Amino acid sequence: MDTFQDVLFKLKKYWSDRGCIIQEPYDVEVGAGTMAPETFLRVLGPKPYRVAYVQPSRRPADGRYGENPNRLYKHWQLQVILKPSPADVIDQYLGSLEAIGIDLRKHDIKFEEDNWEAPTLGAWGVGWQVMLDGLEITQFTYFQQCGGIDLDLVPAELTYGLERLTAFLQVKDSVYDIEWAPGVSYGDVRLADELQNSVYNFELADVATLWKLFDLHEAECQRLLALYPDYPEKPRFPVLPTYEHVLKCSHLFNLLDSRGAISVTERVAVIGRVRKLALGAAACWVDQQTPVAVPAEVAQ
Amino acid sequence: MSVPFLLEIGTEEIPDWMIEPALASLSSLFGDLLATERLEAGGIRTDATPRRLVLRAAELAERQADAEELVTGPPVSAAFKDGQPTGAALGFARKMGVDVAALERHETPRGEYVAYRKKTAGRASRDILAAALPELILKIQWPKTMYWGAKGGPRFIRPIRWLVALAGTEVVPFEIAGVRSGAVSSGHRQLGAAEVPVTIEDFDKQLYENGVIVSGAVRRIKIGAQIDALLMGKGLRIREDAALLETLAYITERPSPVLGTFDKEYLSLPAEVLVTVMRHHQKYFSVEDEEGRLAPHFVAVMNTSSDPEGLVRQGNERVTRARFNDARFFWSVDLKKTLADRVADLAHVTFQTKLGSYLAKTKRVQKLARKLAKLAKADPAPVERAALLAKCDLTTDMVKELTELQGVMGGLYAREQGEPEEVWRAIYEHYKPESMEDAIPATPAGRLLSLADKLDTLQGCFKIGLVPTGSKDPLALRRAAQGVVKILVEGRLSLSLSKLADGDQGLAEFLLDRVRYYFKDVRGFRYDEVNAVLAAGHDNLPDVESRLEAIQAVRPTENFEPLAASFKRIKNILRQAGFGGGGAEGGQAEAPAAPAEGPAPQAAAGQAEPPAPQPEAPAPQVGVDAARLEPGPETELFQAFEKLRRRVKRARGKKQYQAALEAIASIRPQVDLFFDKVLVNAPDPDVRRNRLTLLHQLLCESSAIADFSEIVATEAAASAGADKTELQERKQDL
Repeated sequence: MDTFQDVLFKLKKYWSDRGCIIQEPYDVEVGAGTMAPETFLRVLGPKPYRVAYVQPSRRPADGRYGENPNRLYKHWQLQVILKPSPADVIDQYLGSLEAIGIDLRKHDIKFEEDNWEAPTLGAWGVGWQVMLDGLEITQFTYFQQCGGIDLDLVPAELTYGLERLTAFLQVKDSVYDIEWAPGVSYGDVRLADELQNSVYNFELADVATLWKLFDLHEAECQRLLALYPDYPEKPRFPVLPTYEHVLKCSHLFNLLDSRGAISVTERVAVIGRVRKLALGAAACWVDQQTPVAVPAEVAQ
Repeated sequence: MSVPFLLEIGTEEIPDWMIEPALASLSSLFGDLLATERLEAGGIRTDATPRRLVLRAAELAERQADAEELVTGPPVSAAFKDGQPTGAALGFARKMGVDVAALERHETPRGEYVAYRKKTAGRASRDILAAALPELILKIQWPKTMYWGAKGGPRFIRPIRWLVALAGTEVVPFEIAGVRSGAVSSGHRQLGAAEVPVTIEDFDKQLYENGVIVSGAVRRIKIGAQIDALLMGKGLRIREDAALLETLAYITERPSPVLGTFDKEYLSLPAEVLVTVMRHHQKYFSVEDEEGRLAPHFVAVMNTSSDPEGLVRQGNERVTRARFNDARFFWSVDLKKTLADRVADLAHVTFQTKLGSYLAKTKRVQKLARKLAKLAKADPAPVERAALLAKCDLTTDMVKELTELQGVMGGLYAREQGEPEEVWRAIYEHYKPESMEDAIPATPAGRLLSLADKLDTLQGCFKIGLVPTGSKDPLALRRAAQGVVKILVEGRLSLSLSKLADGDQGLAEFLLDRVRYYFKDVRGFRYDEVNAVLAAGHDNLPDVESRLEAIQAVRPTENFEPLAASFKRIKNILRQAGFGGGGAEGGQAEAPAAPAEGPAPQAAAGQAEPPAPQPEAPAPQVGVDAARLEPGPETELFQAFEKLRRRVKRARGKKQYQAALEAIASIRPQVDLFFDKVLVNAPDPDVRRNRLTLLHQLLCESSAIADFSEIVATEAAASAGADKTELQERKQDL
């Protein structure tokens, strides 16, 4: 039986064999693998790109103090980006399931409509949730827009829920019983993390401090975005650090939300603030990637 | 000569609910193409799975019919001078690419012209299709499309991965987004080969052998039959669910069911919760025993042929267990705080930005519910209590997770917390009816609460200008208004529609529009009957229904339609005479504009009413002056009418509309005779006024039930009855 880490190794190897760069997790808190720059920024512009990485993804409101067998504050996603999407992308995806030992002829696979949208990122796409014997194991999306920008090349994004997939493979009813490494359970590795973060997110996080942090990151991000247009040497401009402030704001928003500090009306407004920053960072990145257009008469 | 034709558009998985409309769109586009290109075809049918749309024609003409077109050139007078062609004739011949000798002469109303009979040989249908299909395919209508290559590339519902196009044995060659048409299909993802060569004859067989049942209808039947076989002898049956069956038929290429089991202890949770988890989240049929009690089983439908090792069943059972565990957790946590204690929390749940929180809505609904209860002469206390608690379930974990259960959960929690049955039932069913097919709340308090909730939404939204336009109706106001209408009619609540609109003219018209839709499209009354009845008053909907039923019952009788025609004639005469408005006095409705005038079909042969210009419009008299009546038909009509009048009044008073209408219809012979023998526009102005008064009273008396002039003779009514937009709208509501 494959352990949690065996499943990771196999999937990484599988996608590495299909031309993907294997990245490591991004080191700023994100709510989903999509938000890491390897996806959010790399899908923009005309350059083909293939990457796979595991991304621990934080959703403060989903924390359950380690008591719910299926819900986690932080879960492990395997994120695969294939840009442009190859014609046999679904076959490749199904091959990855075979690679981790799922004999597809003995199981039921369905692709059920599920269109993904992330309002804070100005991003959306169409696709499916992939159901394996009634269990959602993957989100499959053809990105159409990111940072409010129509994509030059449509990438396929595959997001595997690794805990669920492994629990399925190991026939475990609770993610905490998954064997992470031989003799070591997922609970051994992660339970304290789940418990303590739930306590912090739901009980102890100081709302005023979180708002202050949000405002600081937002202001810094706005300051940087305002500098970009007149910045002389565009390739040196810190777009990536700018984007990290967007991510910080997004995470703080999620924390405030789980703390119950954001009313429904405020919610729309705060999402709008984060979205504005994300669109700004995306626009800078696209501009930075585009070689300076030389007017035709000068080129001659 | 004709050949069979086959088109298969191979795609990635199409959302199930879009497939049938897409087939209809494909079929209609193909029909248009045949018509434009003058191509004969027969035996057209469509099929689909999630991964393919298929269109077949049993017979397609190999060639277009030859075409002949007469192209007119210059007039003969300008084209020939002294028998010799002029420059105009030569120029025209050159333009047509022929010799002058090939031109002919053509007589037109404007004189004789030179003309050329241009013949075009029909093109091969294969060439026509090859050129037209790419555009046709990309024109198929979808609710949402995507592109999958580079920006600006073709858009479709999901990526197109293969194309089969055959006319007889030959490929119809074309290309879309780099995919070339051919004779190679693709099998089921797990059960078949990726490449399956096909011919028109063996298409279904080849695909079947590769795991695909091409026909949605066959898959649907197969699912039903297999489930029957699966449950036979087990004392179990599924709860029928046609919509779920349809979904399952279109998310599978090769469906087969498995029977799953869950622990009996979950049956202690409300059945509503279990069924919702199974139905909405897992697409399972729920299962009941012979007594109709929910059984600890479910039926899942796989997209594969079998589950030999039971892995699929076990997987589904585990998912179900996890979901039921969650539900059990929510149930116990939610019960720790009563609904009454949650009222204040509603201040934090937005109903609509401008209309405030659910707390504000709750207060408004409470007030409105009390008012409605008083108008309906019901006890306001239970409705008010229910209104206070109705929205509190929005703050529960269960409803946050299973939003479909809003209202229902509130009712169940209220029951657990000891609220009286009247109260918890009202909460439970206050979202009903959720569609035109759904039943209205079963209890009086439930009906009043549902009305108050929907009316508050409608009144509020109209007040801030959130009015549905075209297909845009984000707050589902049409559905809310239809719910109001349905409850009033089917709950026999005689509340004034105009009062419910709270003085908002726009809302009043919106509601009236829904009334029309309800009686016409949902209840199937004929459009002219609905117009006729509404023109005579539409404020009291149960009364409208009674009058409609009466008309429907009387309509087939022999006197009815001819009499209706006579009433239309009377109305025209009165209008031409500028007499008393010429319309129904009893109706609050503005009678819709009368149809274009023509001689009434039953008009007496000898006498057409001249549209006599009236020097001054005669004013109605208080009553008919019997002394001025001519003996004979006029007096007979008057006497018949006087007798009838009492009968009609009596019947109407008892709401026996059918009896009243039958009485009115019985006067037809006298009316016919009157029009046959009596000149309404008599030269003596007093006699004329007296006659017009008689007609006016006759019209008024009958018009309190329906405006008969709205009735259209049966044949015309049948053809004009279908209203496309309403039908489409109705589909949306489903």
